[in-house]
Amino acid sequence: MTDRLDLDGASWTRISPKYKWPEMASYALSGLVLAGVSAFTWFTGQWWGYALTAGILVVTILLVAFTPRRVRSIGYQLRDDDLLVRRGIFFLRFVAVPYGRMQLIDVNRGPVVRALGLSDLKFVTAAAASAVTIPGVPAAEADRLRDKLVELAETRRAGL
Amino acid sequence: MSGWTPGPEYPPEPPRPPAKPGVSSKTAAPAIDFTDGEWHRLHPATPLLKGGLALIVIIGIFLNSAREQLVEFFLPGPDGRRGGQSDDPVGYAVDHGLLLFVVLGIVALLVVIVAIFYVSWRMNTFRVTADTVEVRSGVFFRTNRRARLDRIQGINVQRQLFARIFGAAKLEINQAGNDANVPLAYLRSASAEEVRSEILRRASGRAESEREAAGRAQPGIAQPAGASGVLEKRLNEFLAEPLGEGETEPRSVVRMHLGRLIGSAVLSGFTLFLVAIIVAVVVSIVTTGEYFLLFVFFPTLLGSFSYYSRRVVKSLRYSIASTPDGIRIGWGLLSTSNETLPPGRVHSIRLSQPLAWRPFGWWEVKINRASHSSTKGADNQANTTILPVGSKEDVTRVLELILPQLVGLSAAEADAAEALAAGHTTAEDVVAAQPELAVEKSSETLSLIEAGMTSSGDEGGFTNSPRRAAVLRWFSWRRNGFREAPGAVLLRKGAIWRQLIVVPLPRVQSVGITQGPLLRRLGLAALQFHTVQGPITASIGALDQAQAAEFFETSAAHAVGAARADQTHRWLEGVGDAPSTSGQQWPAPDPSFRRVDGETS
Repeated sequence: MTDRLDLDGASWTRISPKYKWPEMASYALSGLVLAGVSAFTWFTGQWWGYALTAGILVVTILLVAFTPRRVRSIGYQLRDDDLLVRRGIFFLRFVAVPYGRMQLIDVNRGPVVRALGLSDLKFVTAAAASAVTIPGVPAAEADRLRDKLVELAETRRAGL
Repeated sequence: MSGWTPGPEYPPEPPRPPAKPGVSSKTAAPAIDFTDGEWHRLHPATPLLKGGLALIVIIGIFLNSAREQLVEFFLPGPDGRRGGQSDDPVGYAVDHGLLLFVVLGIVALLVVIVAIFYVSWRMNTFRVTADTVEVRSGVFFRTNRRARLDRIQGINVQRQLFARIFGAAKLEINQAGNDANVPLAYLRSASAEEVRSEILRRASGRAESEREAAGRAQPGIAQPAGASGVLEKRLNEFLAEPLGEGETEPRSVVRMHLGRLIGSAVLSGFTLFLVAIIVAVVVSIVTTGEYFLLFVFFPTLLGSFSYYSRRVVKSLRYSIASTPDGIRIGWGLLSTSNETLPPGRVHSIRLSQPLAWRPFGWWEVKINRASHSSTKGADNQANTTILPVGSKEDVTRVLELILPQLVGLSAAEADAAEALAAGHTTAEDVVAAQPELAVEKSSETLSLIEAGMTSSGDEGGFTNSPRRAAVLRWFSWRRNGFREAPGAVLLRKGAIWRQLIVVPLPRVQSVGITQGPLLRRLGLAALQFHTVQGPITASIGALDQAQAAEFFETSAAHAVGAARADQTHRWLEGVGDAPSTSGQQWPAPDPSFRRVDGETS
């Protein structure tokens, strides 16, 4: 195995580690619900019914177990001219969005995330494929970041 | 369209709407000037063209079934009235003395329908101001849509067959986004051309003084009168060219041949699909002896014929030409449409060549664009295909039209900014040298694209996938590569289905690099250049990890620089002014990179 993909000279700002709790909870909950639904296959009396449920539970446990690492892997960096965002451990993804390309910035706060004092940032460019989000940013930091990015986008405005 | 003459004479200007507050009621204009910033109505035949056809049909049906009665009424026969035709509704009405009511009812219905269409036409007004185009429509539910001119992605002039008969055309101003078009249906054919050229002139940011010089007395015909200065003179040279002003069709740089069109349709991927279905059906009939699949398949067969014929007919009169306001692409045989794409409105370009086209050396050119025109071609060709099929020379000619504005200017600007920062040159020199530099840069890019169309390995300066990527790219690992050209990124893919994707750096929205578990095991990575949605996805996989990461960094940085240098939202701003010292404004574009067939004019 070779070294994983990384970008040189990147000093990442990590998101709040607290963000792992809502993530783990949502994985655990959806895993349990799926497992519960799959339990109906037990009535067929076939072995694969049990295997299915067991499989779902194993996958859920793995997802939950890796969530803290996955959350740690989410980071962003405000460079001179663009915002660099990375995420993922198995499926790594780095995206660089020039400030002038941001069409709008959303700050979303769901009930669970809000209880932890966090916000989710979502950036929209003219390309749907950009799909840049920074979840789990402390609320005050998120507002500050949004204002700063909007200001940067304003000064570096470009067309489409 | 050549040989196409306008239909009925456009009646005198319709009564102006009651003067709106703040709108001066300027009158006594000899010809209708739709772009004077006041509210105007559309072509009086609009109600008829939009839905009035149904009216004619209703009248036709009525007259047809009442024919006997009418004949009898005007030419009474010796036998007098015949009775007992109660199966005929008109006969029934006559027999029961209800004729008067029926006729009155139908007349009332017609009056109501005509009134509704008339009112909706009366209420549908538009105006073109210096910065916006605005449309008001609706009777009960009023709609007011205002679009900024500098955000125009393209203007489409459509002439449906029925509208052509009336000499009318539909003008559609395309903006970025879904359902973001501003339709002006319908205008007189010539007026549509005038409105289009005037809107594009304003959108381009060309100086106001030039407009006065162009002579408002003869709208649509840009007559340089008293133009002074080299820049204005250059500009007027363009405007004087008969490119789609009035009824003249701009000269196309590509000729479509019927044989090539039919050949390309027959040798398309769709045919493979069709052949596969036929084989499957034949096999199933032979093996099972059941014929039901034949019936399932029959509609598909019929559909395929219409697919082929639409593809051929639609592309038969395809033309592409350069105008001062961008590339103009024309389509269609009976119902025609021609679309003007202002410079820089192309978000990515793909040249592709299926295996079956290779012996003939044919290529197809598609683009991604931000707007969604309502014109549908054969498989939406009009929207995204700018060359349905063409030889390598045709591809070169088409790219020569697009590239200078798209990549040449920003590459030249980036170079100039560097030179300025280093203190090698002065701002005046930069401005003076830019058109030439842009031509140079775009021809450099073009030669790199030409080199990349069929090359493999590191030919043409491409960085291709390493040997270990052969696991993922069995045949194409040598071809699978990328390189940066002045103002653009080139992605070369596919050994069997050859593709070359050109992403102009000023249009890149964001850059991504990804690595899944499999790629990671092989030390590979994938790159994505995010542009607006369209048929082209600019991504390339199975690249060496370190090379990909390096290219990610450089192209992301260059995309920022290119976007900053990009001026295409006001593509002729500063023309007619004195050259500015900011280095941001553009002098009149040089004819040599506007027109390919420059010697013809």
